[in-house]
Amino acid sequence: MLQIEGWKRVLIALTCVMGLLLAVPNGFYTRVEQHNDAVQAIALMGEDVPEAQIPADLRADRDQWPGWMPSSLVNLGLDLRGGAHLLAEVQVEDVYASRMEASWPEIRDLLRAERATIGTIRLQPSEPDELRIRIGEPSALQTALTQVRTLARPVQTLTGVGANDIVVRAEGTDTIVVTLSEEERLASDQRTVQQSLEIVRRRIDEVGTREPTIQRQGTQRILIQVPGIGSAAELKEIIGTTAQLTFQPVVNRTSDPDAVPGVGNELVPSLDEPGLFYVLETAPVVTGEDLVDAQPAFDQNGNPAVNFRFNTSGARRFGDYTAENIGSPFAIVLDNEVVSAPVIQSHIPGGSGIITGNFTVEESTNLAVLLRAGALPAELIFLEERTIGPELGQDSIDAGKVATMVAFAAVLVFMALSYGLFGLFANVALIINIGLIFGLLSMIGATLTLPGIAGIVLTVGMAVDANVLIFERIREELKTSKGPARAIELGYEKALSAILDANITTFITAVILFAMGSGPVRGFAITLGLGILTSVFTAIFVTRLLVVIWFERRRPKTIEV
Amino acid sequence: MRLKLVKQNTSFDFFSRWKLWLGISALMMVVGFASFAIQGLNFGIDFRGGTTVRTESTQPVDIGIYRDAMAVLELGDISITEVFDPTFDDDQNVAMIRIQAQEGQEAVTPETLRAVQAALSAAVPDIKFVSTESVGPKVSGELIQTAAIAVVLAIAAVLVYIWLRFEWQFALGAVAALVHDVILTIGVFSELQIKFDLAIIAALLTIVGYSLNDTVVVFDRVRENLRKYKKKPLNEVLNVSINETLSRTVMTSVTTLLALISLYVLGGDVIRGFVFAMIWGVIVGTYSSVFVASTILLWLGVKRDWSKKDPNAGGQYANIDA
Repeated sequence: MLQIEGWKRVLIALTCVMGLLLAVPNGFYTRVEQHNDAVQAIALMGEDVPEAQIPADLRADRDQWPGWMPSSLVNLGLDLRGGAHLLAEVQVEDVYASRMEASWPEIRDLLRAERATIGTIRLQPSEPDELRIRIGEPSALQTALTQVRTLARPVQTLTGVGANDIVVRAEGTDTIVVTLSEEERLASDQRTVQQSLEIVRRRIDEVGTREPTIQRQGTQRILIQVPGIGSAAELKEIIGTTAQLTFQPVVNRTSDPDAVPGVGNELVPSLDEPGLFYVLETAPVVTGEDLVDAQPAFDQNGNPAVNFRFNTSGARRFGDYTAENIGSPFAIVLDNEVVSAPVIQSHIPGGSGIITGNFTVEESTNLAVLLRAGALPAELIFLEERTIGPELGQDSIDAGKVATMVAFAAVLVFMALSYGLFGLFANVALIINIGLIFGLLSMIGATLTLPGIAGIVLTVGMAVDANVLIFERIREELKTSKGPARAIELGYEKALSAILDANITTFITAVILFAMGSGPVRGFAITLGLGILTSVFTAIFVTRLLVVIWFERRRPKTIEV
Repeated sequence: MRLKLVKQNTSFDFFSRWKLWLGISALMMVVGFASFAIQGLNFGIDFRGGTTVRTESTQPVDIGIYRDAMAVLELGDISITEVFDPTFDDDQNVAMIRIQAQEGQEAVTPETLRAVQAALSAAVPDIKFVSTESVGPKVSGELIQTAAIAVVLAIAAVLVYIWLRFEWQFALGAVAALVHDVILTIGVFSELQIKFDLAIIAALLTIVGYSLNDTVVVFDRVRENLRKYKKKPLNEVLNVSINETLSRTVMTSVTTLLALISLYVLGGDVIRGFVFAMIWGVIVGTYSSVFVASTILLWLGVKRDWSKKDPNAGGQYANIDA
């Protein structure tokens, strides 16, 4: 008969309480937001900071919300909070051309050394992503090919085992064509996008806005969303500013932040060793503008290191300097912080070199990225941009709030009028349902968008469907007069297959929408999908529990649904 | 006292004029399709590329002034519409300006945008630019493709699910109803030239979900009744099933419409098109689950004996004239 076991009752009640508790912070949005910011700021001050050292305003902000309460909030989408959205495509092909350009001096020097057999060498006009070299003595073509091939380096990829970075082939009787190999192109694209992403992130972080989203999308796109920023144009300017990379001679190291560097020198802090400062000559030997490439690699001993390469003019200056200063440290400075200060081991001609140190593989990869962070490796083309003003966002929130309230009230009244007491049960379930949706949204850190609000309103309308199915079924079962308890039980039992089928099919469409959609549409898919889950839960378990409890207390002889 | 939208024990005959209903649906689909083919949809920038700027000012919007201010910039096709909404304040005058995608550009360049803003600010001193959206032709092409794939995929997934849970005749009936709803919705958007953007695709998929929800509930009852009344002709079984679920169909449609209408009136103009699509979809979806899905099922016939495997599954056709 009508029974729900005790542990099930506790479980249902607990789930509801948990969900509602998770939803509560959203009711005090600004307060909880300030609390979270303050907690984060305090955590940044380091562990175990004595209470007295925390500034009073931070403490006040923190104490606005009890620490034992859940404090996750639903993220507001750009369309509600205001901000800027950019979709950029990285022109990965740019890198092929600059790589080929940079390898020309090296190839030229190599072939020049064999001038006696190869004859004159001449660079032919070609596509930007290849080098065409004509040699004077066609008979020595094989020798020349072999020579150029010695420059090939193995590609570091998971799949490209044994592949080299360049492909050297002969064309006609006297021409050598050098291109990047397919594996190298893939690896290069990967690096280029990764570097661009890193640089964009660095620059946006420098401005210090709240919770920017910077994601890779597809193979060569970057999605950038920054809430609270004035316009997409402003965001483009931030991304466009170049970080400053320089290579400077080291005069001294010190731990004194007030040290006097002397004329022509400057004091620069270390990036990752707090309290360590370097006295550097102000005039850089080479700047990041001369750097064309930096890649994670391994030194002769198999330790992680970073390979880098300069363009022609940078290479000359770098070669001269290293020749004169073997044994001295040399600082790599990024945005006025010393990234690393390796000691020059030998003269570095040809403009390429290797930085060794106590690196892990991850560190060498990061350093390579940082080294290239001076300039974007390739041009960014903006495919999509959206700016939403904060007033419009606020208007949307306000309108959404009012609409949701009215929709909610209308459905509550209508249900109560149609089903009486059972309608009230359904209404309690509906209220819990909305709470659960917000609880789940906060828990998974989902983003609420304007279509997302529409999804919630739609859920308010549709959530009662499962209850309607059950109640209508109970009405029908009552007609065949089996007694109220039996009718209620049969109602739930027989309505179940329709409820499940109907909701699973809707859920399928929500999943497809989530997988295929983007931005606001995705927000809609999330609230719709979660709404289906919670409404099935509340209809099958919560209203049932309410009905059963009521039935046990009253034991009515007849019921009216 | 109870509010009853549908009185108990209805026995409407939904199939006495089934040819008429199917005819009306077919005619409306043809009209919708023709409208789509002739005028086409009023695609938003999501799907055709370009830039929209939403402006706000305390002065009444004079489209002529806006147009003249921007004419010197030679940006090609520009459309300016004033936006009205009950949620606006009295001195809140909103306009939407749409600029076509510029030759050789993806998203709008900061220079173009600055020029537009400067020109408008000169003409209307207190103008504010509350939102700007720009989509390059490359992305808009992809978005259209993804959207079409999403709709087709949703319909296909549903076809498979219903086929697994019911029989293929049910699946075809449900999908016919879905296609009917999607075409009618697209038709209404092309006929009224309402802006068709990414959010409308979300609405279309929701309509697919909702209409299906309705259809499945009716079909679930049909399946149950087919087992219960083994000897009744199919059209009577269908009729009984629809009558039994009618109260629920109407109740759910009404609660959903109540919620949607409040959103339509109070939710602001930004999502009005989206909500309109859903309201339309709920109405059409409710109609189609009764008059399209079930009629197609009647027409295709269905295996009657669910207790044991039928050697000629799908081979029996119901006598429609019975």
